[in-house]
Amino acid sequence: MLLRFDSVVAGYGRGDILRGLDLDVPEQAVTCLVGPNGAGKSTALKTLSGLLKPRAGRILFEGHDIAGLSPARVLARGIVHVPQERSLFPLMTVWDNVLMGGHSMRDRGAVRRRAEALAERFPIVRERRNDRAGELSGGQQKVVEIARALMLRPKLILFDEPTMGLEPKTRHLIFETVARLHADGHTVLLVEQNARAGLAAADHGAVLDGGRVAIAGRGADLLADPRLGELYLGGSGPTANGSGGMNSPA
Amino acid sequence: MSSAALLTAEGLTKRFGGVVAVEDCTFSVPTGTITALVGPNGSGKTTVFNLLTGYLRADAGTVAFAGRRIRRPDPIRLYRAGLTRTFQQARIFPDLTLVENLVVAIQQPWRTIVCRAIGRDDRSRAFELLEEFGLVQLAEARAGSLSYGQKKLLEFATVLMAEPQLVLLDEPTAGVNPVMVAAIETRIRELNARGLTFLVVEHNMSLVMRLCDPVIVLDHGTKLAEGRPADVRNDARVLDAYLGA
Repeated sequence: MLLRFDSVVAGYGRGDILRGLDLDVPEQAVTCLVGPNGAGKSTALKTLSGLLKPRAGRILFEGHDIAGLSPARVLARGIVHVPQERSLFPLMTVWDNVLMGGHSMRDRGAVRRRAEALAERFPIVRERRNDRAGELSGGQQKVVEIARALMLRPKLILFDEPTMGLEPKTRHLIFETVARLHADGHTVLLVEQNARAGLAAADHGAVLDGGRVAIAGRGADLLADPRLGELYLGGSGPTANGSGGMNSPA
Repeated sequence: MSSAALLTAEGLTKRFGGVVAVEDCTFSVPTGTITALVGPNGSGKTTVFNLLTGYLRADAGTVAFAGRRIRRPDPIRLYRAGLTRTFQQARIFPDLTLVENLVVAIQQPWRTIVCRAIGRDDRSRAFELLEEFGLVQLAEARAGSLSYGQKKLLEFATVLMAEPQLVLLDEPTAGVNPVMVAAIETRIRELNARGLTFLVVEHNMSLVMRLCDPVIVLDHGTKLAEGRPADVRNDARVLDAYLGA
């Protein structure tokens, strides 16, 4: 197992969002987290990448507890986080944005070679190289963000709702990119609002509710599980009853 | 629906630049109900609230409240007419005490405001509400010192000062601990039993399903489904809207 959340508790202010999260993320696979609003999906990613300090529990990455490490240290371990919001520097060129992904590398020649390799892999980087990043469409910017995230050859890539606010056609482009990362042997942890599309693109999935995993399994199996709908729509079954989003009793 | 509509929205439309946030949205809130307005993120729920209460001007469509067409919804006039609302982030005056927060909510003579001299009736009404909401021991505390959940309760109490007929609650339990969720649910039930009508935007679907009837589902700014909680829950289109197609 590349990554394991072990009883992780985290939150903001006085409230806990993650209430004892247990989750396994296997190597060279796509794992997708879905769940209703406030279930803790984004909080799980932020806690993992060091943006939020967990209050309890362990986060084991390659067997080492990385819970509470700074974002820079987490990055140094090989975990990159592509956030929900647009994160390119809009006034910088596409090319400079990609180079920024390698800012922690000492060897500038290696940075350039790596960026050239990524430009081969992501045509948009090559074609729009000298354009300002802010001039690209939302979907194109997301692809450049993904290219930038690969500069450091990460062991684990975190995507927080990469298709948020994108047109259906563009969404397809993002899922295609995720599929290519998978084919190239990358490990991806994906948070997705479009539960069906996310689970369909994933080997493994977990449905979060109230800061814990309510159901986990193969992506395809979860898609067919009636409890998935109940968790979103407040079903009457034992899994969903009384557990509405972040307000479920601990 | 058997009972008459207290609030009706017809053909509401709102565009922000090229984005149509609400499109030809028609629904009604029957008198005496706790009606839910739900839908996935970005489906237009809060925009509908803002249109109904005059915080945004609709590009098209009409709103009728208590049998009268509201030509230009205006928050203050609607408040006086008996339609009031809360916000996702409670809007309170942090430097005023809880009692003062409640009292400033209703119309005061200018002199009263300047002298901060609260009329006896208003004061007793404020205390009554604070008692009901379990906040009476904090009556003279600064509202800014309250917890997040208590601020939501205070805002809820404040909108009741004018004895409204219809209260719009925008995510009353978001970010609130389970004990406070139960307190808010109880208040809504009790007030509804006394005849107050509610329109509630809420993401906690378990709460919606046990508290509200009817449930109206928005998707892409328009009404997708409407009905009893069980019917809505079993509607394949609703599931598609939430899980993605």
